[in-house]
Amino acid sequence: MGILIYAESENGKYKKDSFEIASYARVTANKLNTSVTAVSINANDPSELGNYGVDKVLHISNDSLKNFNAAIYADIIKQAFEKESSNLAILSSSANAKYLGSLLSVKINAGYITNVIEIPKGFNPLTVKRNSFTNKAFEYAKINSNNRLLALSKNSHGIIENKTSAQIEIFEVTLVSSEINVKSTEKASNKVTIADAEIVVSGGRGLKGPENWGMVEELADVLGAAIACSKPVSDLGWRPHSEHVGQTGKLVSSNLYIAIGISGAIQHLAGINSSKIKVVINNDPDAPFFKAADYGIVGDAFEVVPKLIEGLKTFKSENA
Amino acid sequence: MFDNNYFKLNYVFLSTKFYPLNLMKILVCISHVPDTTSKINFTENNSKFDKNGIQFVINPNDEFGLTRAMWFKEKLGASVDVINVGLADTEPTLRKALAIGADKAIRINSDPKNGLNVAKQIAHIVSSESYDLIIGGRESIDYNGGMVPGMIAGLTDYNFIDKCISLEINNGSVTAAREIEGGKQIIESKLPLVIAGQKGLVEESDLRIPNMRGIMMARRKELQVVDAIDEDNSTCTVNFEKPKPKSEVTLVSSDNVDELINLLHNEAKAI
Ligand SMILES: Cc1cc2nc3c(=O)[nH]c(=O)nc-3n(C[C@H](O)[C@H](O)[C@H](O)COP(=O)(O)OP(=O)(O)OC[C@H]3O[C@@H](n4cnc5c(N)ncnc54)[C@H](O)[C@@H]3O)c2cc1C
Ligand SMILES: Nc1ncnc2c1ncn2[C@@H]1O[C@H](COP(=O)(O)O)[C@@H](O)[C@H]1O
Repeated sequence: MGILIYAESENGKYKKDSFEIASYARVTANKLNTSVTAVSINANDPSELGNYGVDKVLHISNDSLKNFNAAIYADIIKQAFEKESSNLAILSSSANAKYLGSLLSVKINAGYITNVIEIPKGFNPLTVKRNSFTNKAFEYAKINSNNRLLALSKNSHGIIENKTSAQIEIFEVTLVSSEINVKSTEKASNKVTIADAEIVVSGGRGLKGPENWGMVEELADVLGAAIACSKPVSDLGWRPHSEHVGQTGKLVSSNLYIAIGISGAIQHLAGINSSKIKVVINNDPDAPFFKAADYGIVGDAFEVVPKLIEGLKTFKSENA
Repeated sequence: MFDNNYFKLNYVFLSTKFYPLNLMKILVCISHVPDTTSKINFTENNSKFDKNGIQFVINPNDEFGLTRAMWFKEKLGASVDVINVGLADTEPTLRKALAIGADKAIRINSDPKNGLNVAKQIAHIVSSESYDLIIGGRESIDYNGGMVPGMIAGLTDYNFIDKCISLEINNGSVTAAREIEGGKQIIESKLPLVIAGQKGLVEESDLRIPNMRGIMMARRKELQVVDAIDEDNSTCTVNFEKPKPKSEVTLVSSDNVDELINLLHNEAKAI
């Protein structure tokens, strides 16, 4: 029995998402009076999961699993799910977890709900609150099947320390074959990604041209933030598509989102609305973004942003 | 007229006469969703989406996939069917896909309760039609399940690539890219394959708006209505809720950015 989570790691280190779903699973398990077991593949220090309330780790160490493969990984989680006779599995919303989630749901014959944002509201049947309509609404959804699978939205529960001593068990698995082969991975190694960033700084068409992004980069640097942009900015080729956020781009659920020269069109807001604190800098007091923001400055970005950078530098040095 | 393309197209045409099975069969899954500008409301005690006054469109992620399918059809020779699981009101959306250039549309007559239900209906069609390539979208912008294509792959045992941002096919060999956090991965695979596509699969500027000729031709194309198989009831909606209206924005003077820093630090605890 018990709740099963997939604790994802990269180059041997757990992702933040793994600690968040461990924390979520712990609270949920307490309500159900049950335990939390994690499946962990090639992580260096599985005992770390004990800090977030995991009771047992099924530890797999296997060189041929170095590259993530959704079909193979989903099958491994299925093996763990069956071995533990679990009926509730929880995933994060990382790209890999979402990739394997739909395959896993079929393999374990589980009702599957994604974008979950709160601890279950009820357990008989399991009822959860989720984001839908791209942040324009919430949905309460229930799972009627015996086996159940949830994917938790990033940053919706937070990481909560809860020290237990996780029992580590070596888990021998059989590997299914797959016709998906990863040839190469291109990844900016030292940059914070939009998905994982606590703070996101975003620029719109109000910044006039790609040559003006220097100050956006500097602001992001001071804050340790990721950089994003509105859709026209990426369509115009000022910034890469990977930075486009909104309903048709990436979703942002950071703690702080700073929008510079972005009007606040409904499609843009839909993608960033689940960020906790929103700040807008725009020279048009009637820009719709002011209706969606927590804090705002009406002003010319080319004056305000450099002042903000200076102010933050001073703030950082004083609070270091 | 006798340019290179002419010969290439003819070559494909001829070769398919000899090897009719060589023509790649593509199925594009089309989700019928409210236009991105829609205000979202609910009816029946907040249990159903209110379609009143809503303009419906092809799900943006599926539009990228459909356009890529058109490219395969025109450059490599392929047949392209589009499919939707929905009631009769989704037919204009399927007609639009036909006007863009799909050969045939299939509507599975069901008001789906969840993603698995949709996937099961589509997988059932696939089991008798043996498509080489199934293109779906990363997620539908209404319910945001992000699960149907992967479930179809799981049910049919096809290979699967999620968040696909480029796709090339050469004699049954697949080279694709998938978006990951902060970058991308190049993947090699084989047909049969399911992808969940998104922007990047084609450029925004390549997206097609149906022209008059396409719209006329679409009227004569087949739109097949198929009965649904058993409904899946593994998950369902209890009710919807709209976000609470936002409290007023706190405005800070542009001469006083330090006040903003102060608020972000002490009040919002965001820095
Ligand atoms: C199907 C569809 C999907 C879409 N999906 C998305 C999406 O996912 N994401 C997205 O972002 N958009 C999306 N859009 C586009 C959206 O409707 C808007 O067009 C877009 O968000 C506007 O981008 P913007 O705010 O950068 O530009 P604009 O609307 O041009 O706004 C620029 C803003 O900058 C301000 N400004 C100008 N000069 C200055 C200055 N010196 N200092 C400060 N402020 C200044 C202006 O007052 C204005 O408010 C979508 C549209 C459609 C039709
Ligand atoms: N009712 C449907 N009919 C056909 N295809 C669908 C339907 N719902 C979802 N899809 C496909 O599955 C993708 C992901 O949808 P979802 O899992 O609902 O987020 C969509 O982009 C479509 O390609």
